[in-house]
Amino acid sequence: MAAASQSVFDLLAYDAPGWGGVMLGGFYMSLKLAFGGYFLGLAIGIGGACGKLYGGPLIRDLMEIYTTLIRAVPDLVLMLLLYYAGTDALSQLLALMGYGAVDINALMAGIFVIGAVQGAYSTEVLRGAIKAVPVGQIEAARAYGMSPLMVLRRVTLPAMLPHAIPGLANLWMIATKDTALLAVIGLSELTLVTRQAAGSTKAYMLFFLAAGALYLALTLVSNVVIRLIEKRARRGLVRTA
Amino acid sequence: MKKAFAIAIAAATVTLGALTGAAQADQVKVGFAAEPYPPFTSPDASGNWVGWEVDFQKAICAEAKLDCVITPVAWDGIIPALTSKKIDMIIGSMSITEERLKTIDFSDKYYNTPTVVIGPKDQKFDATPEGLKGKVIGVQVSTIHQAYATKYFGPTASEIKEYQTQDEANNDLAAGRLDAVQADSVALDAFLKSEQGACCDVKGVVKDDPSILGLGVGVGLRKGETELKDKINAAIKAIRANGTYDTFSKKYFDFDIYGK
Amino acid sequence: MSEPAAIPAYVPPKARSLFEPHRLVLMAIFAVMIFCIAWFMRWDWIPQYSGKLVSGIGETLLMLFATTIVGFFFAVPIGLVQVTGPKPLAWLSLVFCTVIRGTPLLLQLWLLYYGLGSLFAQYPEIRQSFLWPYLRQAWPYGFAALTISFAAYEGEVMRGAFAGVPRGELEAAQAFGMSRFKMFWRIWLPRAVHRALPTLNGETVLQLKSTPLIATITVVDVFGVISRVRQDTYLTYEPLLLLALIYLCLTGLLILGFRTLENRIPSRGA
Repeated sequence: MAAASQSVFDLLAYDAPGWGGVMLGGFYMSLKLAFGGYFLGLAIGIGGACGKLYGGPLIRDLMEIYTTLIRAVPDLVLMLLLYYAGTDALSQLLALMGYGAVDINALMAGIFVIGAVQGAYSTEVLRGAIKAVPVGQIEAARAYGMSPLMVLRRVTLPAMLPHAIPGLANLWMIATKDTALLAVIGLSELTLVTRQAAGSTKAYMLFFLAAGALYLALTLVSNVVIRLIEKRARRGLVRTA
Repeated sequence: MKKAFAIAIAAATVTLGALTGAAQADQVKVGFAAEPYPPFTSPDASGNWVGWEVDFQKAICAEAKLDCVITPVAWDGIIPALTSKKIDMIIGSMSITEERLKTIDFSDKYYNTPTVVIGPKDQKFDATPEGLKGKVIGVQVSTIHQAYATKYFGPTASEIKEYQTQDEANNDLAAGRLDAVQADSVALDAFLKSEQGACCDVKGVVKDDPSILGLGVGVGLRKGETELKDKINAAIKAIRANGTYDTFSKKYFDFDIYGK
Repeated sequence: MSEPAAIPAYVPPKARSLFEPHRLVLMAIFAVMIFCIAWFMRWDWIPQYSGKLVSGIGETLLMLFATTIVGFFFAVPIGLVQVTGPKPLAWLSLVFCTVIRGTPLLLQLWLLYYGLGSLFAQYPEIRQSFLWPYLRQAWPYGFAALTISFAAYEGEVMRGAFAGVPRGELEAAQAFGMSRFKMFWRIWLPRAVHRALPTLNGETVLQLKSTPLIATITVVDVFGVISRVRQDTYLTYEPLLLLALIYLCLTGLLILGFRTLENRIPSRGA
């Protein structure tokens, strides 16, 4: 029995007959996708939140349509749609903008897809957080003659951060788990390589549990980091909760 | 604040631009299913794809002097991936059928093997609509086998279950969730020889129907790309003639996979 | 810190006037777009698949309601023991919630279907038992995975809801001489459920958005039917657009349903 279990765990060894290296490669891919998608989503979210709060009626309505659509349709369906239609449109758009015929690789397409979905959620989180910043602070900054961008950079963004962190932390968790959906599209991230490894070796339980442990470790480490960031962002604030 | 918004949009656009990176236009992206399909394409433990079809693809690309990169994509989206230019050709055991020819183009065939039905050893039935009456049959989606099983066995079978990959169908047969699996004889042969496949044996070859089962396996190409098609066809001829095809085939099979 | 309430739940847009000039223009543009989509894309496959689509939607809704209802019944004790103890049980539910919420649902689903499913098959006792005709199908695994997931997410919500019921109300119940059981049944549980109700709306929409994953283990829900259409017709966009529209309608109906439900339950203030 001991010898048998020994050989089963050998499948997780880092070097070639073991699949550990492939799994870690997939995990690294998942991390890249989650980071890229999350920060792209954040960029869209900042734009979207400003648009919803300060934009004209047209921009507000368009943002509303974007966030409503994204939040009402399953991520898996959005990913399939965006993966085929979105990357098509994006490469045409970039070609129009003079980047030439750009070839979008799987990683970029994955980041784009996650970013577009995350963008809708971060728009809502950031909008809520910006609204929580006392209007007086922004007015005071304007009265000092700051340009709108400087107000955003110096006052609005730093002041809203403590309010946004819980929501943004949650979005990060969602981003890390959403990368698994890209397995359905055929992107070689952790969940897909796990299935490949499990399919090739027939050790389904072992590999799925190992992948689960990796995801869980990511969640737990993220939790610790988020707690540190939250502590830092909240310094000087009165404890409310 | 409108300006701030405009700048935020610009920043997002620039991020996107930077993300997409440099283009490499000359490469030919060869697509195949991102799931194990032994002995044709399967990943090994170091993350490389190996198998007969991988060798075939290397030989073709070397012969046609193409700079090929292999690009695994999900099987059920492989034709959309081709038509939306995510990949440039499919070397993924795709049979040439009339239905597919409406959407994409094919090179000449590069292998052709019969279609068989397998099932558990302790059950006796044959590969006919009567034999498969009331059975749960597994097939891979978007394959000639799905089309064939739906047409011929669908009316009498209890259920035709569709799987994303052949591997999953085989696995469910071994797990007792299926009574039979219909697929390519070579792919199933590899399964039956494996430890897991010991449960099952071949129940028979299905009656041929070229309108569904097609004319062998060809390289899937976008319509209208005749230059690439000519190159591929010439390369298939060349490696058949100069012995390369037989050399790498011998590593996997003890018979001529090219068929009639 | 990662409170479930912080997940931005779907909030329907406030209906201002539909007839502001820019909205009329927008509506005109959308009308043209929809016309183009209807006119220039291929939709001739819809009649052929309409029956399958309806049964697929039925399967999706059945999965959604079955898993939310069963999941909710598990969520109540999971939330409760984390507030009341005993310690080992509280710790166990915390670990359960953390593990389920910390790993992707798709992975859990595949672990159950491929991992557990093939493990079951190795035991002749299980293969011969009366359960086998069910265990060899795919839907029990999808049902289990979705129920577990909902129980973990809603369990976290219920924990907050139980903890958030004002102590004074419970003390008042004690002062009335209610037994512990009666107090739980009459005061604590109804108040906690009432508090959790607004988030239930968002959680159910999230659950709806998770259901298509079961199509990856051969359950034929509406997503599975659309995948079938995609494979049969080799169309890229049309089936997916229809699918998005179907989910949009389902989400809309869910939200409407919850709103009428919430309006019927009296609440003070907000």
